Amino acid sequence: MTTLLALIGRVFLTFVRTVGRFSLFTGLAVSHMVRPPLYPRLIVRQMIEIGYYSLPVVGLTTLFSGMVLALQSHLGFARFSAEGAVATVVVISLTRELGPVLAGLMVAGRIGAAMAAEIGTMRVTEQIDALSTLSTNPFKYLVAPRLIAGLTMLPLLVLVGDIIGVFGGYLIGTTKLGFNPGTYIARTVEFLQIMDVVSGLVKAAAFGFVIALMGCYHGYHSKGGAQGVGAATTNAVVSASILILILNYVITELFFAQ
Amino acid sequence: MTPRPPDTEPKLRLRDVRKRFGAQMVLDGIDLDVMPGESLVVIGGSGSGKSVLLKCILGLLRPDAGSIVIDGAETVGLDGRARDRVNAHLGMLFQGAALFDSLPVWQNVAFGLIQGRHTRNRAEARERAMACLAQVGLRPEVADLVPSELSGGMQKRVGLARAIATRPDIVFFDEPTTGLDPIMADVINDLIVATTKDLGATALSITHDMASATKIADRIAMLYRGRLIWVGPAKQVFESGNAHVDQFVHGRADGPITDETDKTPARSGR
Ligand SMILES: Nc1ncnc2c1ncn2[C@@H]1O[C@H](COP(=O)(O)OP(=O)(O)OP(=O)(O)O)[C@@H](O)[C@H]1O
Ligand SMILES: [Mg+2]
Repeated sequence: MTTLLALIGRVFLTFVRTVGRFSLFTGLAVSHMVRPPLYPRLIVRQMIEIGYYSLPVVGLTTLFSGMVLALQSHLGFARFSAEGAVATVVVISLTRELGPVLAGLMVAGRIGAAMAAEIGTMRVTEQIDALSTLSTNPFKYLVAPRLIAGLTMLPLLVLVGDIIGVFGGYLIGTTKLGFNPGTYIARTVEFLQIMDVVSGLVKAAAFGFVIALMGCYHGYHSKGGAQGVGAATTNAVVSASILILILNYVITELFFAQ
Repeated sequence: MTPRPPDTEPKLRLRDVRKRFGAQMVLDGIDLDVMPGESLVVIGGSGSGKSVLLKCILGLLRPDAGSIVIDGAETVGLDGRARDRVNAHLGMLFQGAALFDSLPVWQNVAFGLIQGRHTRNRAEARERAMACLAQVGLRPEVADLVPSELSGGMQKRVGLARAIATRPDIVFFDEPTTGLDPIMADVINDLIVATTKDLGATALSITHDMASATKIADRIAMLYRGRLIWVGPAKQVFESGNAHVDQFVHGRADGPITDETDKTPARSGR
């Protein structure tokens, strides 16, 4: 009985310690994001890494999602003769949900893992210690550029992804489902509201921040050689993915409440 | 109290520095003075806490108790900008070199110069870096390679060049010669002696290589079970009269030092 209590106590303490450490990390990271000096060169490099090199992955994901959405919604709506709604359904689901979530998850796998591995390796080979001895703050040099790049690049990626996805739906709609190209495009823009797109981009920014934060946090606190870096990488991807799904709900709820 | 003349003021002063990891007492009250221009070497077995000692001084680890005074100013607990200002006067060669593997060699060496705004522009920083590389005996072609393309000995040299590039007042060397062949080790020893003399810097080195210790040290201190059990002139290390030091410097298996990895906390002082 006492061992059980001790166990619960220990788990609780670990939990509190982790939450504390994480909050401290986030606070410090954000404070270095908004305080000069910044490193433009490093920010640009991260932006290219996150934005440009993720384009193929995000583009392919949204392209096929748009295509399958068109097929499935056509199938569903045909049952009550509402095939006309296909274009609208495709664009709304993409901009509000699928664009940001799918892009977020793909980028989490690609970028979150890479960040955790890179920073984790720097931690275990004492490169982060070396930064401090060279009067360079690791938060400013390593963490802030990644957070800024994540925050700004994900919305751009999602915007491009949305367009590619809509194009995927258009391809299927016009070639397989027999829509007139002009009508399809008209239907796409007709019922689209600015809020659909904006809420998706807000989500994307939040996801980008979370992905970079998780990559940096787990990398920064990794210990114990190659195995520790491996664990950090896994944790970064898993925690970022879960947080993306939770945040997705929370942000949707917030936008609906208005 | 009359103020003492400045050159008798220690560059680095440690008082009762303590550090433990969980139940394991690593540093159990370290007192140490290093005078300006002096080269002090800390010897001690593997896992005796030598690297931890350096990391406490550099502010990478926070000691549980005690005081670390650099140039007359307390540094324990300094953070952010204040710590950066202190570190700007320090140089460190890490045990594993710890070169930034995303940057070419010359940018590694110039890192402190560029970040610390010691130079006006990158071209000047590169020039200074090339001079430092030449000083540690590396050819200019090396400058544009990345660290993973270098041998261990070359990485150590680059680490050395990086440590001295900003012309620090105090340089720390963590096992500068481990993992090197005897000739390369001696070359590095000579470099350390030459560069610290050249900079007029104070040096605090760590090693368990006695050849290296006697070559670079003015004074030697031995760390054992969390305490400095012997401190004295380098020449006297072989006739210290201390059984632990004797055993260590002669590398004998039998003697008072039994098992360095012994996890029993060293006489817990608190
Ligand atoms: N961050 C840490 N967390 C927990 N324990 C640590 C940490 N750093 C060092 N230690 C422990 O402190 C002790 C001293 O480590 P340290 O690295 O200072 O040894 P060392 O004297 O430099 O040895 P070596 O000559 O092999 O480099 C070791 O037992 C190590 O397990
Ligand atoms: Mg060590």
